[in-house]
Amino acid sequence: MRMLILTSGLAAWIAVAPAVASAQVPAATAESGTDFIQTLFVFMLATFIGLGVVSRVSRLLHTPLMSLTNAISAIAVVGSIVITGLDHPPYITILGAIALFASMTNIVSGFLITDRMLKMFRTRKGGKS
Amino acid sequence: MRVQIIQLAYLIATALFVFALHWMNDPKTARRGVISGVVAMLMAVVGTLVEPGIVNWGWIALALVLGFAVGVPLSRVPLTAVPQRTALSHAFGGLAAGLVGTAEYYLSLQQNVENLTPFRMTAIIAEIILGYLTFTGSLMAAGKLQEIKWIPQRPVTYPLQNVSNLSLLGIAVVCGVALIVQPVALAFLFPVIIVLALAFGILLVIPIGGADMPTVISLLNSYAGLSAVAMGFVLDNKLLVTAGALDGSSGLILSIIMCRAMNRSFTNVLFGAFGQVQAKAVSAEGKTAKSETPEGAAQMMEQSSLVVIVPGYGMAVAQAQHRVRELYDQLSKRGVDVRFAIHPVAGRMPGHMNVLLAEAEIPYDKLVEMDDINHDMPQADVALVIGANDVVNPAARHDRGSPIFGMPIINADKARICYAIKRTMNPGFAGIENELYYAPQTFMLFGDAKAVVGNLVKSLSAQGNTH
Repeated sequence: MRMLILTSGLAAWIAVAPAVASAQVPAATAESGTDFIQTLFVFMLATFIGLGVVSRVSRLLHTPLMSLTNAISAIAVVGSIVITGLDHPPYITILGAIALFASMTNIVSGFLITDRMLKMFRTRKGGKS
Repeated sequence: MRVQIIQLAYLIATALFVFALHWMNDPKTARRGVISGVVAMLMAVVGTLVEPGIVNWGWIALALVLGFAVGVPLSRVPLTAVPQRTALSHAFGGLAAGLVGTAEYYLSLQQNVENLTPFRMTAIIAEIILGYLTFTGSLMAAGKLQEIKWIPQRPVTYPLQNVSNLSLLGIAVVCGVALIVQPVALAFLFPVIIVLALAFGILLVIPIGGADMPTVISLLNSYAGLSAVAMGFVLDNKLLVTAGALDGSSGLILSIIMCRAMNRSFTNVLFGAFGQVQAKAVSAEGKTAKSETPEGAAQMMEQSSLVVIVPGYGMAVAQAQHRVRELYDQLSKRGVDVRFAIHPVAGRMPGHMNVLLAEAEIPYDKLVEMDDINHDMPQADVALVIGANDVVNPAARHDRGSPIFGMPIINADKARICYAIKRTMNPGFAGIENELYYAPQTFMLFGDAKAVVGNLVKSLSAQGNTH
């Protein structure tokens, strides 16, 4: 039931988002200051969501939680790809490539080790995790 | 059109990341969380790769392949080494943020200076300070956890430590502010800030000892997340901001839980140098501890209805988890209810003990949190303490003079009989005498944890055969 509400809420959001986004484009290019404020809104709301969701995570799983959030924050890979990939002076490309390597390592090892640990959590009757 | 599709991919990825964390609230759904995270990450990466203007495919491919090559072995480390691996990945996260911030600054400096608005400069400065200090701080933490020789395990302290550390950070911030005001004229300050942040990271972790590692790792986790947030501000990418904020808030919550479990404040952990205070802790005056043989203890446990095992990091050090599982099997077979009491700071990172016991195939519904098990402790016939020390010291409840006064503990002393496995009567790393060992209902089982638990199992199975 809760899942249903969440999904429908998400669907509504997806429907609204493009409209909101297109409305914002001209304003954003005109004034970079408002852009930052919008990002601050996103940051604040995401922090509240993070605090809410994480505080409900089972204490059993705090170690896998940390490796999972590690992998998730390796989303820095997106920034690293842009820096590495665009046509920039070589030293910038190399800085980007090192950052990309570091993020990729975190993604691969983070997700793999999280899954490896979660597989170990079983109940008595050999039930799956 | 392509831009909108990329943004849409980012949007869905954001939602999937939130779901990934949501599913971690139960071990039954947790693996779904990993899948959701992987899908989100793939969408984000593919979405970015199709962005127009990307040309350096060779470099990208090289970095991705190397990342894979290093990442896969890093995910196969033994579970006792998971804290080090985690610290190392915080270091990588910090490094990535620092490098991207550096690249962005010099790029703008060269190509379009108008880009360096005060807002953007603030984000860049925050990104490099957080990124680089997380990098060196986490490397230090990983080194301490891995017990690398040239990194001191014990807290290192020197006069005016806190003053000098904080002034270092202060100088970095002042340089940062100057650079925000004059991003071009004062460009020489940029490398200065990098060096200061790198040095601050090292100095921040040097005074911190092993027992405080869970808090420090959580805190560095939070910093790594926040540096990703700052990167999101620099690149104006809301997916980065969201994912970083999720990581940052997760680290924050874990740090708070760890601090509460030790009854200490953030400032106390970071600037208190735990090892020092305890030099003057009391020693036992003429009190004697009673000892018991494994056979006797096994007999007592066999006749119990509830046995609570209190594991500590010492159990992991002695590699005794699998013997403990055998003990669990032997007792459960006889209808004894065996539960494990997990203190939040047991182990070297949050939740570490649960993972170690789960690896030994102990069902997770037998792993009970401190608050819940304390409720049942008076009904327990036997409490078996394996490699835990401070977290069962009753002095924390009543002795105002004790350095651990006020720390929540597992009430092993409330059980009818308490057995404690310990090598010798020497006080542990923290140097605090443990009252529990001298209590009338406590009996010591001297020896290596693995050997002692092995003997318990042996005498149980021998008794099982004679019946």
